[in-house]
Amino acid sequence: MSTEQLPEHPEFLWRNPDPKKSYDAVIVGGGGHGLATAYFLAKNHGMTNIAILEKGWLAGGNMARNTTIIRSNYLWDESAAIYEHSLKLWEILPEELDYDFLFSQRGVMNLAHTLGDVRESMRRVGANQLNGVDAEWLDPKQVKELCPILNINDNIRYPVMGATYQPRAGIAKHDHVAWAFARKCDELGVDIIQNCEVTGFIKDGNRVTGVKTSRGTINTEKVGLCAAGHSSVLAEMAGFRLPIQSHPLQALVSELHEPVHPTVVMSNHVHVYVSQAHKGELVMGAGVDSYNGYGQRGSFHVIEEQMAAAVELFPIFARAHVLRTWGGIVDTTMDASPIVGLSPVENMYVNCGWGTGGFKGTPAAGLTFAHTIATGAPHTLNKPFSMERFETGALIDEHGAAAVAH
Amino acid sequence: MLLFSCPNCGPRNEGEFHYGGQAHVAYPTHPGDLSDREWAEYLFFRENTKGLFAERWVHSTGCRKWFNMVRDTVSYDIHAVYRMGEQPPTDLDPATTPANAPAQPLAPAQASNTSTSEGV
Ligand SMILES: Cc1cc2nc3c(=O)[nH]c(=O)nc-3n(C[C@H](O)[C@H](O)[C@H](O)COP(=O)(O)OP(=O)(O)OC[C@H]3O[C@@H](n4cnc5c(N)ncnc54)[C@H](O)[C@@H]3O)c2cc1C
Ligand SMILES: [Zn+2]
Repeated sequence: MSTEQLPEHPEFLWRNPDPKKSYDAVIVGGGGHGLATAYFLAKNHGMTNIAILEKGWLAGGNMARNTTIIRSNYLWDESAAIYEHSLKLWEILPEELDYDFLFSQRGVMNLAHTLGDVRESMRRVGANQLNGVDAEWLDPKQVKELCPILNINDNIRYPVMGATYQPRAGIAKHDHVAWAFARKCDELGVDIIQNCEVTGFIKDGNRVTGVKTSRGTINTEKVGLCAAGHSSVLAEMAGFRLPIQSHPLQALVSELHEPVHPTVVMSNHVHVYVSQAHKGELVMGAGVDSYNGYGQRGSFHVIEEQMAAAVELFPIFARAHVLRTWGGIVDTTMDASPIVGLSPVENMYVNCGWGTGGFKGTPAAGLTFAHTIATGAPHTLNKPFSMERFETGALIDEHGAAAVAH
Repeated sequence: MLLFSCPNCGPRNEGEFHYGGQAHVAYPTHPGDLSDREWAEYLFFRENTKGLFAERWVHSTGCRKWFNMVRDTVSYDIHAVYRMGEQPPTDLDPATTPANAPAQPLAPAQASNTSTSEGV
């Protein structure tokens, strides 16, 4: 049962050109981040002789697999700055890209289930407010008012003791976001080349001068890596290491339902995140599999635990059927913050480590990474997210500090 | 769920174990001589092999002992299980010996890996 009509797509989206012999810049990876980077390179920096190389089909990686939660209520100043900038861009992009991708600011709640959670959450609300990020603390009754299907009884294993709430947060239709960027990139002259796997790099000394691909060699002056999940595989080809570990992360959807879930509810403590898609599916995510993995599927027991938690929090889900489950590969760092900046190889730049939460960062990742590629130096917003922080100790430790989940 | 063969307890399901990341990461022999860069390498950089990977697990709800395992990070097939301080078996196909297998015996790894099941 459909609850909302999806908008019509424009008549024309993008060309499918063959790769040219050379480009001013090559972006590896045609997910949201690669597309947004190319868009801002063309729009803000006038670089239009550029290509996006994607080994599979456009935005078929994590971009097609995420649970689409967008928010900016991170704890640390550096994170709040970049994610809030991203949220501001989300607010203007549908008009700028001339494409309705159903950005829905229905609010996000992060539940607290223990006294520790409560203290940490209130601290984050305070930090958010100081950083100009909209945030409120809700008691269980207010939680229930916003999301009536939530069970706020205190006799369950993880009772709801309150929640942080960011009203401007929400969800967007991820595929449409990718197509919106792709269409504008194409209009600006960017070549989007699918089925083109990067298999190696050509270097002159320590400077990258080209890429080897499954569709031939391409010369280029600059290379930007946007290959979530496979960042370290590419870095190894280029001769350097990244402090990244790849993990499987999965999500699932139910069959379609009438509108029952008006907002987005996340619980880090029991590891379940739920929203209702525009068409009516309940969309749920869980935690990553503990081990390193490149298989685009997740462990069954992770889903089992997530569903147990979901049914306790939302008793009416007990009769819902799971329609589909799937997995993606996310690249995680030790401090749970991304790496956006220079690499040890000259003229090669890295955007990676967004882990399980990079969809929301797509516009800001694109904007700041494009700045870094075009100018050879970081933007103020991505400066703290350099790889050097692991050496200097200036870590941005969002792990457990903030609402570190999608 | 995967089935692991604990060297002490035999086959048990994956849920009984916790992951410890890359195996055979030796504690620096002369910690005082390390540069910031070398400390960063030791603390934060681990192999992220696509293919055969030597890694550590602990049987948390069983014997509570650590052991090593060689697992394929693409197919998740388990190729070998061996005790701490031991080398990966040499009868693994040399072409598929894990990229991070040690060239010589190393002290048991001691850095605690911070990998968790938390989302980001
Ligand atoms: C199940 C799940 C749920 C998630 N939920 C959320 C959420 O709710 N909110 C949120 O903010 N984030 C979420 N994320 C994280 C988010 O999806 C990622 O952080 C983000 O998509 C990463 O950037 P990207 O879109 O460019 O990556 P991708 O879309 O993965 O793009 C990388 C591309 O690089 C390509 N590539 C790899 N190697 C090569 C090569 N050698 N040559 C050419 N191309 C190559 C891949 O095919 C891929 O298309 C979730 C992720 C998953 C898996
Ligand atoms: Zn055991």
